[in-house]
Amino acid sequence: MANAKWPEANKRTLIGKRIDRTDGPLKTTGAAKYSYDINRQGMLWAKLITSPHAKAEVVSVNFDAAAKMPGVKATWKDDSIKDVQYVGQIIGAVAAETEEIATEAAQRVKVEYKLLEHQVVDTNPDLSKDKPSQREAGKVEEGFGQADVVITGQYGCPVITHCCLESHGQVTEVKDGELFIWPSTQNVSKYSDRLGETVDIPQNKIHVDCQHMGGGFGSKFGFDKWGTIGGILSKQTGRPVKLMLDRDLELMIGGNRPSAFAKIKVGAKKDGSVTAVQTEVWGTGGNQGYNAPPVPYVFTKIPNTSITGRGIRTNRGGQRAWRAPNHPQGCFLTMSAFADAAAALKMDELEFFLHNAQFTDRADIYREELKIAADLINYKQKAHLRGQGGGGAVRRGLGMSIHTWGGRGHDSTCDVTINPDGSVEMKIGTQDLGVGTRTTLAIVVGETLGLPIEAIQVNIGKNSYPPSGASGGSTTIGGISTSSRLAATDALNALLEVASKKLDVPVDNLEASGGSIRQIDKPDTKIAWKDACALLGPNPITKRGVCVPGEAQKQKFLDAGVGGAQIADVSVDIETGIVILNEMVAVQDCGLIIDLKTAESQVYGGLIMGITYALFEECVYDTKTGKMLNADMEFYRLAGLKDIGQLKVHMMTGQGYDERGVVGLGEPPVISPGAAIANAVANACGVRVPYLPLTPDRVITALQQKGGIV
Amino acid sequence: MKSFEYAAPKTLEEATSLLSDRWGEAEVLAGGTDLITSMKQQIAAPKRLVSLKNVADLKGIKSEGKSVTIGATTTLGELAANSSIQEHFPALVTAAKNVLSPQLLTLGTVGGDLCQRPRCWYYRNGLGLFSDSLVREGENRYHAIFGNDGPALFVHPSSLAPVFVALGANMIVAGAKGKKREVAAAKFFQIPKTEQDRETSLKPNEILAGIQVPISGLKNAIYEVRHRQTIDWPYVTAAVAFALKNGSASDARVVLGHVAPIPWAAQNAAKVLNGASISDSTAAKAGETATQGAKPLSKNEYKVQLVRAAVKRAVLAAGGA
Repeated sequence: MANAKWPEANKRTLIGKRIDRTDGPLKTTGAAKYSYDINRQGMLWAKLITSPHAKAEVVSVNFDAAAKMPGVKATWKDDSIKDVQYVGQIIGAVAAETEEIATEAAQRVKVEYKLLEHQVVDTNPDLSKDKPSQREAGKVEEGFGQADVVITGQYGCPVITHCCLESHGQVTEVKDGELFIWPSTQNVSKYSDRLGETVDIPQNKIHVDCQHMGGGFGSKFGFDKWGTIGGILSKQTGRPVKLMLDRDLELMIGGNRPSAFAKIKVGAKKDGSVTAVQTEVWGTGGNQGYNAPPVPYVFTKIPNTSITGRGIRTNRGGQRAWRAPNHPQGCFLTMSAFADAAAALKMDELEFFLHNAQFTDRADIYREELKIAADLINYKQKAHLRGQGGGGAVRRGLGMSIHTWGGRGHDSTCDVTINPDGSVEMKIGTQDLGVGTRTTLAIVVGETLGLPIEAIQVNIGKNSYPPSGASGGSTTIGGISTSSRLAATDALNALLEVASKKLDVPVDNLEASGGSIRQIDKPDTKIAWKDACALLGPNPITKRGVCVPGEAQKQKFLDAGVGGAQIADVSVDIETGIVILNEMVAVQDCGLIIDLKTAESQVYGGLIMGITYALFEECVYDTKTGKMLNADMEFYRLAGLKDIGQLKVHMMTGQGYDERGVVGLGEPPVISPGAAIANAVANACGVRVPYLPLTPDRVITALQQKGGIV
Repeated sequence: MKSFEYAAPKTLEEATSLLSDRWGEAEVLAGGTDLITSMKQQIAAPKRLVSLKNVADLKGIKSEGKSVTIGATTTLGELAANSSIQEHFPALVTAAKNVLSPQLLTLGTVGGDLCQRPRCWYYRNGLGLFSDSLVREGENRYHAIFGNDGPALFVHPSSLAPVFVALGANMIVAGAKGKKREVAAAKFFQIPKTEQDRETSLKPNEILAGIQVPISGLKNAIYEVRHRQTIDWPYVTAAVAFALKNGSASDARVVLGHVAPIPWAAQNAAKVLNGASISDSTAAKAGETATQGAKPLSKNEYKVQLVRAAVKRAVLAAGGA
């Protein structure tokens, strides 16, 4: 009998190896079809009518001119809309034979507005009208009294968007009372929840299909208003309808990460120990409530802390979960203030962080990770105290940060089928956000059955498959690796029963290895996989694996809680304010790693996304008009290849990590880059640049004002 | 994008005859990297596009005696790869290469670079080219610090224009019946005063046919301050040209880009160089002088420092440092 427990290191043939993603060729050749690529026979294009105003009453909406246009097939108006609260808010839609006709028709819709006063500014805490949140632990004033040095700094990071390369949207086809939908989603199994009600189609007649998707980062869990509209327009016309957000709408209404500005006071003793942290934080998540990011972040055992959070409601598109919600902000605020405290003590930043690791939940791991990161970036040779990196126009510096995340696997079910011809199929209602989900599933099932990954046919992306959780919060790999391992083990054991009779070996003494079923204590007694499967006769074996996270955690299939350390090496041109990232290292743990290569790729991706928000990204809103001025990819800048420097990734594996089981990795690597890079810039040029992104205007201004420390 | 009529004439005469007396009715199409996106964004909605792709004599680079003539539909990539340009005008090569995007280098043309419309984000958001009070009280981090007394506060977007002005180039303009006139690069660019004006002295029915650049042995270089090291608009550029004899500079020109609605000649900075030897201190002095008269808006004072740095570095680069 095969045991579902994860195999020991010396028994692994696939798990933990560096394996190329199986769908790489599909993506590089363009054979992979994304929602945007789906074209159905007789398909119409839909375009949205959206508000150009940040706040207004909707007086009237007139579709006459649009409806009259040749080629326009359907219109839809949101009758519930009485007013608009942000630019880009959806008022209606049109569907037409071509994208061009739909675009022009949408522009011909006449909407009469009565303008109301809007508010889009998020940098001023006095604009907060909500009740502040407050939390205190210990006695802050006493803590500051114990300190040898007390610093106060202002820091902040703006609202940024997810900027998915594939925008939100879907192709919808209502046919014979059934609804077929190809959405770009992170949540295949539960995507259609309540979509049926909006178009009066039973849940069991909704068919969701998402084989490939171009990024979600937390912004693509639901079907959204455009999902409803696609269904309505398709039902009205009896034709398939494509509705994808244009880039400007994607950036304005497809979700964003709340801003966080803060005034932080840190007290520390001469030896570096932080004694107290006092924080006032404010920011916006649009026209909704605000959760203050955690400060101090990671260093949660600091005895005396207090934090006040103030949300500012703005007439901007609403926030959505953005990769590690609130962590990058809390991390940037905390690590910046801590590095400033280290600088005030004239203490080496690494020494300061190592010393204060005592205030984290995982002190030994952080210390080990920081030391490895320091070695990888050659810290000893390069490090200097803040601003002591020599003269000249270009100054070099190092900065660091540590982070944490949960990442416990989600609920997941999976079917594995062993066919009489020897082929193996698996079905699971999960999705691949571009991270390698297909590949890791093939590895787990291949490892379990003693087969190469090519032998496993992986079916994902449909809601007709056994349900699996949404890909959010780094929960996918824990859930799907457990359910697929359980299913494959059960299916194998059923096959071993059959092989047992043929080989006349007790089932307990059989294993699947290297494409055969063999006797464990006498490996020459074996039957080839295909021959064993042929013994099944006409019926395949199908077994279902179920991941119940709490139970799976107890049995060490999966676990929660990871740490990571990152160090950045930057050059700052103090005459132009340009920051160049020379090198960045990331050290990360995540329990048992299924595919080392795609795990490393996750971290590379997190670093690149983090470098991008550290140096470039911000939503720029015009106070007077309430419009987002850079809702494009020209001035909403993302890093290019030459902007990211040299990246090094080190995954913590082996004893102490592997036996924990699998932990998710999607969020952690994106948390630290803003903090580490900002600290490196401060270390390089001797002055804290208090606000992200680290643009030339901010760097020059900070240099001219001699920094944000008062 | 609104529907439009498309014409692809074979001669300049035919091409100019297809244009209109009024801006906005017909537009000249070269590489289309600005115009097509503007049409998609409804910033431009011409009734007719006049493509220059079949007008053979607008393409290519010719060396004739003491000048080089660059056809308007020569691509930026062709410009950067041309041996005469490389020999005489390294500033043009740098400026073209700094566009960085292979797509823009392949499709974008020299004429298009000079005649493209501003990137001002108020303009691109449909709020007009002269959204004066919006810009002054709004997000003006990328806007003009010179030449901003009037309603035009955008910066000229061209990568090549400051270099052509510094090199004393002449623009060859074709008008009705293909008749040509020449205008000095420094006079070709103008600050528009109304929505009826453009950023050049072209009339609506004229076409920029080419640029004639004198070969006068000037040392020349350009320095761009760009945020991204991949495709990006510069924050400030400085183009510098001067003669260098016996270690002493003369006939100097310093022209700034992305700081004013036109390429901005910093004449006092040029004067600093004339008669001086090129050193760190002369370069720094030229940079300092180039900032004279700057009138930053509420959020772009940092650009003054960028001017200082860009001019200094361009001077040193031109001097061979």
